[in-house]
Amino acid sequence: MVKEVERAGIPVVQMANLVPVAKTAGANKIVPTISIPYPLGDPNTSKEEQWKLRYHRVGVALQALTESIEEQTVFKV
Amino acid sequence: MKKGIVYLNQFFGQIGGEDKADFAPEIREGQIGASMAFNAALKNVEITHTLICGDNFMGSNEEEAVKQLMGFLEGKEFDVFFAGPAFQAGRYGNACGVICKAVQEKYNVPVFSSMHIENPGVEMFKKDFIIFPGGKSAAAMRKDIKKIAAYADKVVAGLPLGSAEDEGYYTRGIRHQVWREDKVPATDRVIDMLLKKINNQDYTTELPIPKMDLVPFANPIEDLSQAKIAVLTTSGIVPVDNPDRIQSASATRWGKYDITGMDRLEGGVFKTIHAGFDPAAADADPNVCVPIDVLRSYEKDGRFKELYPYFYTTVGTGTTQGEAARMGKEIVAELLAAGVDAVIMTST
Repeated sequence: MVKEVERAGIPVVQMANLVPVAKTAGANKIVPTISIPYPLGDPNTSKEEQWKLRYHRVGVALQALTESIEEQTVFKV
Repeated sequence: MKKGIVYLNQFFGQIGGEDKADFAPEIREGQIGASMAFNAALKNVEITHTLICGDNFMGSNEEEAVKQLMGFLEGKEFDVFFAGPAFQAGRYGNACGVICKAVQEKYNVPVFSSMHIENPGVEMFKKDFIIFPGGKSAAAMRKDIKKIAAYADKVVAGLPLGSAEDEGYYTRGIRHQVWREDKVPATDRVIDMLLKKINNQDYTTELPIPKMDLVPFANPIEDLSQAKIAVLTTSGIVPVDNPDRIQSASATRWGKYDITGMDRLEGGVFKTIHAGFDPAAADADPNVCVPIDVLRSYEKDGRFKELYPYFYTTVGTGTTQGEAARMGKEIVAELLAAGVDAVIMTST
């Protein structure tokens, strides 16, 4: 799906837990998430912590959309 | 009789379904679940132990999972190692690949798995060890195991082995030097090939170059503060009544849902219908999958101009790459028409 988005010329970032799978599926920009059932907020932590984590990682994803890349890139979180 | 060990996920190790996908690694004496089928199919190998690990445990704590599993193998005698079959299950395919690779590196024993061609594990690991093509689902279990077992029996017995094509596994891209039965030298073969090529006839290369189908990089957003951003997800977040009846696995349908005026996705209004993970966390707070709450916050602060008023959703588990590409194309047509500048895709 990300490939079809990018093929149309729309920059896209994939937020995924299984980074190697995202790479194999052909995502060019990848931001790692923390798990499969709750990618962006661990329910065992407080609501504030979950918000903070989510805010941070989505921020990294937004930044990634503006960056020029030469190869498939996993952005640091 | 040689000794073998089998790796299974929580489902095929008979621990439980998705609710047990966080199951920490364990080792069991003898055979359980699918490893019984291996034992039955193998003539020259007895399965002495079964390793079991939840797919999510492996996916989210790979290093820890491998460490524990390798610890269990310490001091065990075995001549061959099996994982799967993983069918079309992406997380299971990943897990089988990770553990097979680790075992092969440390113990230098033959390792084998089986996966359906659409399992991403095939692309990820086929170069590292032998993976046999398998069925889409557990219905193919017996057939898939039979293929691995027949080959493994030959390997441990030291019988002559054919090429990947002859033996039926995914090619690893390894070149072997062979004596050709036809004894035609390379200089003749290359001229024959060239003549066929310039005459537009079919010919078969002796050195296929594997191609990785990557799309060209889209131009980055120059000014984020002017950008309209859309969210796509494969996490199966839908309104609680799932109005478009998107399938919980092997999806062929997608939906788009209006988030106008919403500061977040509320539990009880939205939920996940994804059958590939425990839905508790996503149902309680759908923003952990589709982060509308923080996106609204960034929108309000002017980090980007506008969140597109719909999010697009489908389910990623068991969905073929072909269907995913088709759904992607359909969604993209809408995004282009709506002037969306960039996309955040979340997947589980």
